[in-house]
Amino acid sequence: MAITSVKNLKEFSTANDRFEGAHTLCPGCAHSMIVRELMNCTDDNLVVTTNTGCLEVSTAVYPFTSWDTSWMHIGFENAASAAGGAEAMYKARKKKGTLKDPDAPVKFVAFGGDGSTFDIGFQWMSGAFERGHDFTYICLDNENYANTGGQRSSATPIGATTSTAQAGTHSYGKKEKKKDIVAIMAAHGAPYVAQLAPNKWKSMAKGFQKALETEGPCFINTVSPCCTEWRFDPKDTIGITDLATDSLMFPIYEIIDGHELNILYRPKNVIPVEDYLAAQGRYKHLFKPEYRHVIDEIQKGVDEYWEMLQRREEARV
Amino acid sequence: MAEKFDLNEREVWDGNYAASQAMRQAKVDVMAAYPITPSTPIVENYGAYVANGYIDGEFVMVESEHAAMSACVGASAAGGRVATATSSQGFALMVEVLYQASGMRLPIVLNVVNRALASPLNVRGDHADMYLGRDAGWIQFGAFNSQEAYDLALCAFKVAENHSVRLPVMIHQDGFITSHTAQNVYPLTDEAAYNFVGDIDPVDDMLDFSRPVTYGAQTEEDWHFEHKAKQHKAIMDSVPVIEEVFAEFEKISGRKYKRVETYMMEDAEVAIVALGTTVETSRVAAMKMREQGIKAGVVAPRVFRPFPFDLIRDALENVKSVAVLDRSSPGGAMGAFYNEISAALYTTPKRPLVTNYIYGLGGRDFAVQDAIDIYNEQKANADAGYITTDIQQFSGLRGPKLGFFQTKRS
Repeated sequence: MAITSVKNLKEFSTANDRFEGAHTLCPGCAHSMIVRELMNCTDDNLVVTTNTGCLEVSTAVYPFTSWDTSWMHIGFENAASAAGGAEAMYKARKKKGTLKDPDAPVKFVAFGGDGSTFDIGFQWMSGAFERGHDFTYICLDNENYANTGGQRSSATPIGATTSTAQAGTHSYGKKEKKKDIVAIMAAHGAPYVAQLAPNKWKSMAKGFQKALETEGPCFINTVSPCCTEWRFDPKDTIGITDLATDSLMFPIYEIIDGHELNILYRPKNVIPVEDYLAAQGRYKHLFKPEYRHVIDEIQKGVDEYWEMLQRREEARV
Repeated sequence: MAEKFDLNEREVWDGNYAASQAMRQAKVDVMAAYPITPSTPIVENYGAYVANGYIDGEFVMVESEHAAMSACVGASAAGGRVATATSSQGFALMVEVLYQASGMRLPIVLNVVNRALASPLNVRGDHADMYLGRDAGWIQFGAFNSQEAYDLALCAFKVAENHSVRLPVMIHQDGFITSHTAQNVYPLTDEAAYNFVGDIDPVDDMLDFSRPVTYGAQTEEDWHFEHKAKQHKAIMDSVPVIEEVFAEFEKISGRKYKRVETYMMEDAEVAIVALGTTVETSRVAAMKMREQGIKAGVVAPRVFRPFPFDLIRDALENVKSVAVLDRSSPGGAMGAFYNEISAALYTTPKRPLVTNYIYGLGGRDFAVQDAIDIYNEQKANADAGYITTDIQQFSGLRGPKLGFFQTKRS
């Protein structure tokens, strides 16, 4: 069924379903919501590549596959290169006239978790963006190496405890701030870059569509709450995402051509980050008196970033 | 439609240029590459052919060799003809993806201009990179000169893309000695070359959306073993296809290739087994030994993978003493090539004496006299009936002689 609008969730849920519900992702994992929304928001043919990670190990376990479209996984770091290679071949074959269905539109999409996007696959993604392949890279950002049991990545926020940046009597968890991947990808001069969240499903679908329709490399960082490693009840995934977007820990915005910044969601009532942190086991230790200062530091960072986004939106530079 | 490229019946090409002309004539659709000495000219030339309209393809200049092979994997699964080139450290960086490419049964062609592996950093030719890829599930051809680098590159596509093979293929040539030495090369016409290679008929084409395919699935202990066994069987079963392709190539070119190349082996008492340009050096030495009445010969696998276990035995079982030359630092073992040749010969009734020479690391010259010295030691072994030297020796090393292990005599 063709997607004509994303106004009605019920209608949207009956759209062209190319991502099967049968997979082994954790109950409550936001990855499948995000991936399904991407696959549903277009009727174009899709070539999807995926870095090693939760999504990959849960959707293509031989002899099964959840992907009712062309799909490839090579390694932890190279989904962007694979998508770029496939896109180059598409161009070469289109020119030579060797495609089976030369008039059908084809879109190229690469998925990666934050580990493969922010860390191990960063160079491969950056290279593909510099070369200008016509594809969309979507990061499923759950802020840790969840597939291997919750190690820190450069997407892990300050103060979170992970197995390799543990909170303890002498540590409040990760000491370093999260890498600002959206700004970095915008700095590549990509025509479309955004940060989106599955609770704001309409803006997410619209952002996906915009990225797919835009020629050139587009980047979207999606917030993907991880009930297993963030430590919350699987039924609360969307509730946690609401806290993430309403506390502005994850502001929803887009950057067009590297400079035109638009805020896509302005919470009516901005909640303190404390409410977001308190809902997750990974921040529990921050509520001890000796670590309260970290909560203040996080709040300060969020306030400053929101201020910066608003100023940039206003300045249009 | 590509521009016509004028070729003479006889050209003077170095190995790199010869390989790049084969890429042009095979009409490679996508070359994803990263430059590294000494293989850089192969990819530069492809880029120049694209820039000047001599080929209708996409030249994807990526940011590392790992990305180059990754993009080749994506491109190959998208159903067209794919090739690239690399050497040494670049090859080492590619290794992860080499295994993934062969595991996905993608017919990628990789020109490897062999070069030493650091450290210490060295740009000259040895076979350390080739050895690093020997378990990667790729078919490996060895070219000993520019003509062969050209011929075997054309054959590589035809073998790789054959539906009963569907495996990636490497063509090896020696860094600088072959890659940068201009020699006479007799190319085919563009028409004859392309008629020989033919159009690619892709299997599991990611751009055929009527039949979606999943590449790179997860398998654990339940299925991984069966997949790897099937892959091994595919490479072992590629032998008749390789032989057919070589036979077909002989018909159009007059140049004959065999899985194992033998030189004066009919009555040989002593033999050198080698790879790369050393084969030609050893042939000259063998000729000189024959002038002195010593029955010397040379055996050289043209196809390194699948390893020609059968033909190695046929060629060497009646020889008295065999020297196996490894141009790679063995890192605490006998040379890998020595071990493979020895394993084959252990299953023959006469079990020739087999010694191991480590030589030519980092481009150290291997001269005719070095081969003559080795033949003389083999002759002494043959006459004595046992290995008279250390079983593993370093040939051409400065300073005191270096060798390990002596034969056990009852």
